[in-house]
Amino acid sequence: MKPADTLLTPRPARERVRDASARSAVTVAGLIGLVALAGVAVFLGVEGWPGLTARTGLPLQAANFWALAWPLAFGSFWAAVLGLGLAVPVAIGVALAQTWYVPRWAGRFLGATFDILAAIPSVVYGLWGLMIIAPRLAPVYAWLGAHLSWCPLFAGPPSASGRTILTAALVLAVMVLPVMAALCREVFAQTPRTTVEAALALGATRWEVIRLAVWPTGKAGVVSGAMLGFGRAVGETMVTAMVISPAPFLVGFGLINSTNPNTIAAFIAQTFPESHGVEVATLLALGLVLFVITFVVNVVARRIVRATGGRV
Amino acid sequence: MTFELALRAPELTGAGHGRDDTANHRLAVVGLTASYGRSPAITEVSLSLESRSVTAFIGPSGCGKSTLLRTFNRLHEVTPGARVTGAVRLDGIDLYDPRVDPVTVRRRIGMVFQRPNPFPTLSIRDNVLAGIRLQYRRLRPSGADELVEAMLTAVGLWDEVKDCLGRPGISLSGGQQQRLCIARVIAVAPDVILMDEPCSSLDPVSTAAIEELMVNLGRDYTVVVVTHNLQQAARVSRKTAFFTVAGAGEPGRLVEYGDTAGLFSAPSKAQTADYLAGRFG
Ligand SMILES: Nc1ncnc2c1ncn2[C@@H]1O[C@H](COP(=O)(O)OP(=O)(O)O)[C@@H](O)[C@H]1O
Ligand SMILES: [Mg+2]
Repeated sequence: MKPADTLLTPRPARERVRDASARSAVTVAGLIGLVALAGVAVFLGVEGWPGLTARTGLPLQAANFWALAWPLAFGSFWAAVLGLGLAVPVAIGVALAQTWYVPRWAGRFLGATFDILAAIPSVVYGLWGLMIIAPRLAPVYAWLGAHLSWCPLFAGPPSASGRTILTAALVLAVMVLPVMAALCREVFAQTPRTTVEAALALGATRWEVIRLAVWPTGKAGVVSGAMLGFGRAVGETMVTAMVISPAPFLVGFGLINSTNPNTIAAFIAQTFPESHGVEVATLLALGLVLFVITFVVNVVARRIVRATGGRV
Repeated sequence: MTFELALRAPELTGAGHGRDDTANHRLAVVGLTASYGRSPAITEVSLSLESRSVTAFIGPSGCGKSTLLRTFNRLHEVTPGARVTGAVRLDGIDLYDPRVDPVTVRRRIGMVFQRPNPFPTLSIRDNVLAGIRLQYRRLRPSGADELVEAMLTAVGLWDEVKDCLGRPGISLSGGQQQRLCIARVIAVAPDVILMDEPCSSLDPVSTAAIEELMVNLGRDYTVVVVTHNLQQAARVSRKTAFFTVAGAGEPGRLVEYGDTAGLFSAPSKAQTADYLAGRFG
């Protein structure tokens, strides 16, 4: 029998120190992340402030910051949304195929191939889009322009070079696909065995198992993957800079004509080398806008997941 | 009892959906061996299950009871590398005939698992209806509500949940969840109901409720219950099969199969007697 007063003796110092140091290490790591994030935002805000308020000396002789920023923000957002729109269904499909449909060795092979895709630098994707994809899509755009021009998305005249926002979105989609597919694969593979068996035992087909067990539990992870892809697509510089031939100040949803909105990231890269003073401040402020877009999209997506709960 | 009312009244379970009350569904196992990879988990089992009665499978842990049960609804083959030889006949048709679709088998042979597994994202109501929806059976507009009430009444859950049918199934207690899972199974009016240690994660009160349910189900269905609780087997089953395993890496075997009363009072094999006396396993 231990004496009752062991309740009152403190645990060994070593144990307490280890516990406390683990806690502080984790806290510090978290704080570093927060501080870095806040630091970037503060830096962009402070340095970009003159650009936000300037009336003259802005790039492209813009009347004020928002006249410049709004079309670029739209372009970044639109290109990323289009890219995600193309990539998300494919990523989900590939991940489901890997976890549920193809034999294991084939799934591994597919995974390895996708991992290689993820390692290709974006400048190579840009070249590929510019030199290989764009010319091949030009006839497709001509066809779309001829037959579907009643739809505002396919309003003409179609680009003869194929260097449109849709081409850029396609290249972005291929670029963000690997990481999204990998994430989806992980969450689909984590579906609780018990739930899968519940569905199977009720006589669910493979597709019904996915609908009933895999998708509801994996959905939140898919959104995380999509957000990772969105972050990469919205900030991607080389692909949009190389593929799109932008029209200044343009806001338009047209996918196939040759007047396309530019993106913030591409605009910064293209403009920075010849920028001074207020122009540099403007570019930094544009960076802040990009930062805010990514942040807001993330928060909204997470809200949606929480609000829809098990449905969708 | 409300239970029988609920199960027997065709107007409650929907036209074309209520089960044929006179059906006697027999399950016959012939020379069955089930393996994981190269090692058989249970071998050379032959037995015939009586319709409209509860049959208990007992035996030490690892003797292959779960494996055997999962061959009855073709769930065993879902495990990678799992194999089955021999035959399982439902009303004379071999479930392992190449022309038989495992999905159809599982729609006719329901299963209740060791751990309650309601669909975590579905409401209580939708959990009950999940099987019906999978089978594209048509319900009259009010039929779904009636069916949900009838099934939840049948498992003794209606009074507890009638005001919160929209809540997630997993918000219930373990015992309630298990009854919900049973409601989900009987809602599709299967021919056979398999239960793999359905009470092993439940408290005594919930266990008693499920046992009563088993007895009631046995009046209408061909029920198989795996249990490690000998008293439970004695209380609920008409016939009992005792399995055992010689040691690790060895396949399990059927030792003795017979009327529960006889097997418990006068087992014909020494192994059975030893097990019942608590001398091993
Ligand atoms: N998924 C599996 N993979 C490989 N071996 C398994 C698997 N499941 C069970 N086994 C083996 O099969 C044998 C029988 O297991 P099981 O059917 O669960 O027995 P019981 O239900 O009687 O306790 C055990 O030796 C076990 O290790
Ligand atoms: Mg078992």
